Amino acid sequence: MADTAKVTSLEKVVIRFSGDSGDGMQLTGSLFSNLSAISGNEISTFPDYPAEIRAPQGTLAGVSGYQVHVGKKIYTPGDLADILIAMNPAALKVNKKHIKPNAIIILDEDAFDESGMTKAGYNTNDPIAELGLGAAQIIGARITTMVKASLADSEMDNKSILRCKNMFSLGLLCWLFNIPVDNAMHLLENKFKKKPTILKANLKVLVDGFNYGSNTHASVSTYRIDSTEKQKGTYTDVKGNQATAWGLIAASEKSGLPLFLGSYPITPATEILQELSARKDLGVKTVQAEDEIAGVCSAIGASFAGNLAATSTSGPGLALKSEAINLAVMAELPLVVIDVQRGGPSTGLPTKTEQTDLWQALYGRNGESPCVVIAASTPADCFDFAFIASKLAVEHMTPAILLTDAFIANGSSTWKIPNMDDYPAIHPPFVSDDMKSYWKPYFRNAENSSRYWAIPGTEGFAHRVGGLEKDNKTGSISTEPKNHQLMTNLRQAKIDNIAHVIPALKIQGNPDADLLVVGWGGTFGHLYSAVEALNAEGEKVALAHFNYINPLPKNTAEVLTKYKKIIVCELNNGQFAGYLRSKVDGINPLKYNKVEGQPFLVQELVDHFKTLLDD
Amino acid sequence: MDTNNYTVKDFKSDQDVRWCPGCGDHAILNSIQKAMAELGISPDRTAVISGIGCSSRFPYYVNTYGMHTIHGRATAIATGVKTANPELTVWQVTGDGDCLAIGGNHFIHALRRNIDLNIVLFNNEIYGLTKGQYSPTSKRGFISKSSPYGTVEDPFRPAELTFGARGNFFARTLDVDLKTTQDVLIQAAKHKGTSIVEALVNCVIFNNGTHSAISDKEFRADRTIILKHGEPMIYGKNRDKGLVIEGFNLKSVTIGENGITEKDMLVHDAKCEDRTLHFKLGTMSGDLPVALGVIRDVEAPTYDREVEKQIRDVQDKHPQIHKLEDFLRTLETWEIK
Repeated sequence: MADTAKVTSLEKVVIRFSGDSGDGMQLTGSLFSNLSAISGNEISTFPDYPAEIRAPQGTLAGVSGYQVHVGKKIYTPGDLADILIAMNPAALKVNKKHIKPNAIIILDEDAFDESGMTKAGYNTNDPIAELGLGAAQIIGARITTMVKASLADSEMDNKSILRCKNMFSLGLLCWLFNIPVDNAMHLLENKFKKKPTILKANLKVLVDGFNYGSNTHASVSTYRIDSTEKQKGTYTDVKGNQATAWGLIAASEKSGLPLFLGSYPITPATEILQELSARKDLGVKTVQAEDEIAGVCSAIGASFAGNLAATSTSGPGLALKSEAINLAVMAELPLVVIDVQRGGPSTGLPTKTEQTDLWQALYGRNGESPCVVIAASTPADCFDFAFIASKLAVEHMTPAILLTDAFIANGSSTWKIPNMDDYPAIHPPFVSDDMKSYWKPYFRNAENSSRYWAIPGTEGFAHRVGGLEKDNKTGSISTEPKNHQLMTNLRQAKIDNIAHVIPALKIQGNPDADLLVVGWGGTFGHLYSAVEALNAEGEKVALAHFNYINPLPKNTAEVLTKYKKIIVCELNNGQFAGYLRSKVDGINPLKYNKVEGQPFLVQELVDHFKTLLDD
Repeated sequence: MDTNNYTVKDFKSDQDVRWCPGCGDHAILNSIQKAMAELGISPDRTAVISGIGCSSRFPYYVNTYGMHTIHGRATAIATGVKTANPELTVWQVTGDGDCLAIGGNHFIHALRRNIDLNIVLFNNEIYGLTKGQYSPTSKRGFISKSSPYGTVEDPFRPAELTFGARGNFFARTLDVDLKTTQDVLIQAAKHKGTSIVEALVNCVIFNNGTHSAISDKEFRADRTIILKHGEPMIYGKNRDKGLVIEGFNLKSVTIGENGITEKDMLVHDAKCEDRTLHFKLGTMSGDLPVALGVIRDVEAPTYDREVEKQIRDVQDKHPQIHKLEDFLRTLETWEIK
């Protein structure tokens, strides 16, 4: 460790990595997050990558970013960055709006040549002045030159050498945050186990970056981020999409049902398909279908055959799956539908986040077609809600739609690896032998109105289901008016009954609040942080955050009607607010909405809530 | 496979069959039930999946596990059933609109994957359930309610589509030819992989007689040929016609004319990997007889079994991973003590 002049202790810090989408900034960012987490910090990360795979190098469109928030009590990836790593002029320009005025900016000076400045559209040759970054603390380094020199003897070609630039910046950051470079070396050794040449080069550049920091900037203040007091246990860093995939596997194990995923690649949900396809070791079957419809239909077939069946998609895919989801509503088959929401309508903003599919999930089908809708709120709790979606789908013989979003799906947080003994059992409502004499397909469990599941291969229970309305007793096709009304009511009652088995709505923050903030799904971190910040300032604010949307928790009306001033905050134009008004008589909430493809900023929420509290 | 003795009765459900009197579907239903009984697979281990259309009412009439699903998607749903449980025998019943229009994409992809489904395609060249619009197999110029001046589009030929999508089993039969129907259904069921049986059926209400040029008793023997693996391609009322190759084309010849003997006839090889001749046989029309029977029957790895095999192979390589928790421990983790 260098004999650094000053080490400043920080409770939390936000770091933003940015460069060309080919610069490896996502990797650098995630390695740094892991290093921080291993040192005992909480982390929350968010990648901000362009829709184009390789936009022209050096241009504003090609800038890829990765933000990580490290420290104690971390609920979001942070609003504005304290530290920016900008690998080229375009990255600096694009990220100007994402950093604090007094941020530390680490630059690759080599990239700020005439060509780089032109590609990024600068008018002068002083980027700092032109962007008005006078208050920032600039750490410039000729990274490209130094990396080339560092690997001059490596026999690697120029392109491969330049790919190692990101490791130089990682080394610099390790120095800046007093992270032992050995920890980083260890991570790289694991990462590039099978590529010894690349490993060797990356290690060399990493150490050179670290040494460069300690040799030339020894007098600069460096930082140590306070580690947090966490529960004992084994931790890892998990992205929402991974957690979702693993939650399904957990449910498969708890239910004893083999797991099947039928899916079609779509941003930002594809990783769920990829992760489950890799889990052959755990017996997961995946079908990469020919289209979204075949994805959900193969899942329905697998469900009919007795698997825990799921399909994963995003908004446009959910639209294509509507008709098939309705088949599962009608045939009363368990089905887990995961919608990782992105910016819409149409192709919209595929890599950006929104909560604009709520109404689609609730209402986007023909006929009276209720199904379960729940939402996850953090990358880590995607695991729990994928598990719960599966449990509800199976035990109540219904489709369950799980809403996540690009923000929590691609973002990551620290996750304590769960002990599966802490999770409840899942009981598939299989037919039992004693039912053989009287059972019919729509014979229901009196307790929860669910029908029973007779899977092909079960002797004596051969039966037919389908999309046509059936007689409630015989299970034969029926167009009898009263029967249709009855079946419609039964399907609704089955979903309504689920309110009895889900947890009550809880209030966080100050229960005697002057303002109740209401949110749902992936905005939890920002809303909670804003509410905490205001309470810390002596305001009285509470948060009611929903994960269970259809049905709503039983006490929803009771809780909401207690508060005089309610504001529903969501990344759409007020879908949940509208839904709540339709479900809870007499409430007329205020709304705070944003449809920019970006998550909330804690500060904008705090500022807005203050104006309401001042009224 | 069970080898129990089943009778047709075991495969009849308690539901009244509601197709129009005279509809060709009745005959196919009977033949499938007979084939199922002969195959000896338990109704409890058989699943029949259909989409939407007249023929898709089929599952209600057979006493097996069944699902009457949504328009065009039966193939995708059946794919899920079979992949989830390869031990089941899965039949799919579909029509020309269901299978080749709205469901065309699923159809070709099932063939490409070679998932072990027995697909029976009821081809009556019309949309019957919506009361008489042209279908993707209706002939060019066909006049219907939605083409009052005749269609200006070419039809699909299911055999062509099957082979174009790398299909490995294709058979064709006529609703009125009960023997061939039952025979090809049994071969289709025994085939491992996607099997297509194109059943040319008559819609007595909206497209009566569409196949009569080949199905009428008086012409049938001269205008169709029943292909059998390993047998010479001979047909005709008097068994005096046959098929030979001339250049790159098939040609119909008469035995006894120009010194032609039975030995000159092509011998049907349904097991030939190369699809070229199957393609030609499958698309014969005009001066050439329409081919019935099993045109292609080639074994290839099936999707459902390959999925299971891959899982076993991966599991053998990772014997230490049995549960999710085992896998999670292989991740980059750290301990907080």
